[in-house]
Amino acid sequence: MDNESQYSGYSYKSSHSRSSRKHRDRRDRHRSKSRDSSSRGDKSVTIQTPGEPLLDAESTRGEERDDNWGETTTVVTGTSEHSISNEDLTRITKDLEESTPLECKRFVGPALGGCLSFFALVTPLAFLILPQVLWRDALEPCGTPCEGLYVSLAFKLLVLLISSWALFLRPPRATLPRFFVFRCLLMVLVFLFIASYWLFYGVRVLEPRERDYRGIVEYAASLVDALLFIQYLALVLLEVRHLQPAFCLKVVRSTDGASKFYNVGHLSIQRAAVWVLDRYYSDFSIFNPALLNLPKSILSKKMTGFKVYSLDESTTNNSSGQSRAMIAAAARRRDNSHNEFYYEEAEMDRRLRKRKARLVVAVEEAFTHIKRLHEDEVASSPKHPREVMDPREAAQAIFAPMARAMQKYLRTTRQQAFHSMESILTHLQFCITHNMTPKAFLERYLSPGPTIQYQQQAGRGRQWTLVSEEPVTSALRQGLVFSLRRLDFSLVVTVTPLPFLRLGEEFIDPKSHKFVMRLQSETSV
Amino acid sequence: MSAGQAVTAIVQRIEIHKLRHGDNLILGFSIGGGIDQDPGQNPFSGDKTDKGIYVTRISQRGPAEEAGLRMGDKIMQVNGWDMTMVTHDQARKRLTKKNEDVVRLLVTRKSLEEAVKHSKGSYPRQ
Repeated sequence: MDNESQYSGYSYKSSHSRSSRKHRDRRDRHRSKSRDSSSRGDKSVTIQTPGEPLLDAESTRGEERDDNWGETTTVVTGTSEHSISNEDLTRITKDLEESTPLECKRFVGPALGGCLSFFALVTPLAFLILPQVLWRDALEPCGTPCEGLYVSLAFKLLVLLISSWALFLRPPRATLPRFFVFRCLLMVLVFLFIASYWLFYGVRVLEPRERDYRGIVEYAASLVDALLFIQYLALVLLEVRHLQPAFCLKVVRSTDGASKFYNVGHLSIQRAAVWVLDRYYSDFSIFNPALLNLPKSILSKKMTGFKVYSLDESTTNNSSGQSRAMIAAAARRRDNSHNEFYYEEAEMDRRLRKRKARLVVAVEEAFTHIKRLHEDEVASSPKHPREVMDPREAAQAIFAPMARAMQKYLRTTRQQAFHSMESILTHLQFCITHNMTPKAFLERYLSPGPTIQYQQQAGRGRQWTLVSEEPVTSALRQGLVFSLRRLDFSLVVTVTPLPFLRLGEEFIDPKSHKFVMRLQSETSV
Repeated sequence: MSAGQAVTAIVQRIEIHKLRHGDNLILGFSIGGGIDQDPGQNPFSGDKTDKGIYVTRISQRGPAEEAGLRMGDKIMQVNGWDMTMVTHDQARKRLTKKNEDVVRLLVTRKSLEEAVKHSKGSYPRQ
């Protein structure tokens, strides 16, 4: 595998098959041809459509370079497909991050796998049907043994179908930077199997018009057996091998030091990265950029320092003396900033607790204003008609008294960016509907929850960059460090192997548990 | 042994000056007994339910031996603190206070009773 750091989606060994790429190239060639005819001589404006931006950039660049815009054949050479400059790549990825609602690239791999497996499932049936269709009369009749083989074939195909559905027909969770080695290996294996079986079939059965139908049926059954074994291999490689824990990953967030330890099995770096990110969304509290720095009041005190005024018009000597005095003063003052930090923190804590107390009391009181109306209480006295509300209205009714306390508390904990008024109302409505107590309503706000609690849109997917010194398809080993970067923070992952455990045995006879009063202990004084 | 009964005994006053040994002040004897210990194991007590503090060992020519303490003595008081109803650890603490150089013990032993009986005089007053 080459160690190119460039986008390797188009290397010739990739999981995208040549056929699908060629098809896409042909489509783009047509598109560029039509654009040629529309813009006569001036620079064309390229509109990047989502989903296939790379080749669009390619084709338009070729257009600008080409002087004869009237030339109808655009030759797509090998170099223009493989070489993209880095700036283009960053520009494209940035555009992708901002504009694409859905990445079609996500589904190419599974689509390919789907085609291959469909082909694999249809092949045994084709093996059986083709002789019947083509030279039915010349076939030897095959009675009971063949029917037995039909039954076993049918059941094996059914099992294959169901297990393929269970194992492989799942929406992909992530797109990996390099191709997934095991999956590619399996797809190549399946492809080779099918190809060689077809080859043999074509040469030995279709050509000479083989008459022994029972042999053909057995051949088809052997193919289905082979497919079942490949599926077993797939199960072991993709699902089972990484279950036994072998390494301990320490994941630290670079901005605030939140860290967790996870046990994983034998995985490649990119798969381990996906695994870690899965756990990140539900284990790590949400990243709050507002909580990062020391409060300005403490840091700014260091900046102000002493102001030195020179009373007489000074030479350079005086100014250097001035700066030395300032540095000395600053050095002395530095001793006090930790003090200020301590007091400021204590003050913050006190303020936070006061606001929290106010919030809790306000919410408790607000919740006492409403109660659930049961079915049998519908008949109310005519003197005091009660207005019956649905959860939304009830939430709006009791939100007003607690809104101010809630807002002040959120502002103190710098969480106001994560909770809009609308979201608080929705949460209140949710809690009322499910008979939750005020404490249950507040748990969402009193402690910062995991990142996944704040994800609104699930369709777009999150862009993470895997930064690693080793090629990302290599397996985990001791001392490996890689990091997962996002725009404003990154997760640094360190790998340590789990220790080998030597378990010994000690047998304790249950009858050996005996006790006596303590002996006269003697102490020397 | 019921806690409410008064104890009458003939006691001897012993004053021990602590010896400085490195960082510690030592007295030169070992104690055993206490209300949290098993009184049946005490080799020195006459009454095997007696949970008092007894001297179990005396180091040769230590301050305790020179002051007149003997093995098997029952310590009744230390510097005015009662030692008949204390735990083992409390007894140790009362004897090893770092700011005291002298401990004044009231001890009793069987031979004292005999000695008093032999002499035809009255009981020695405290």
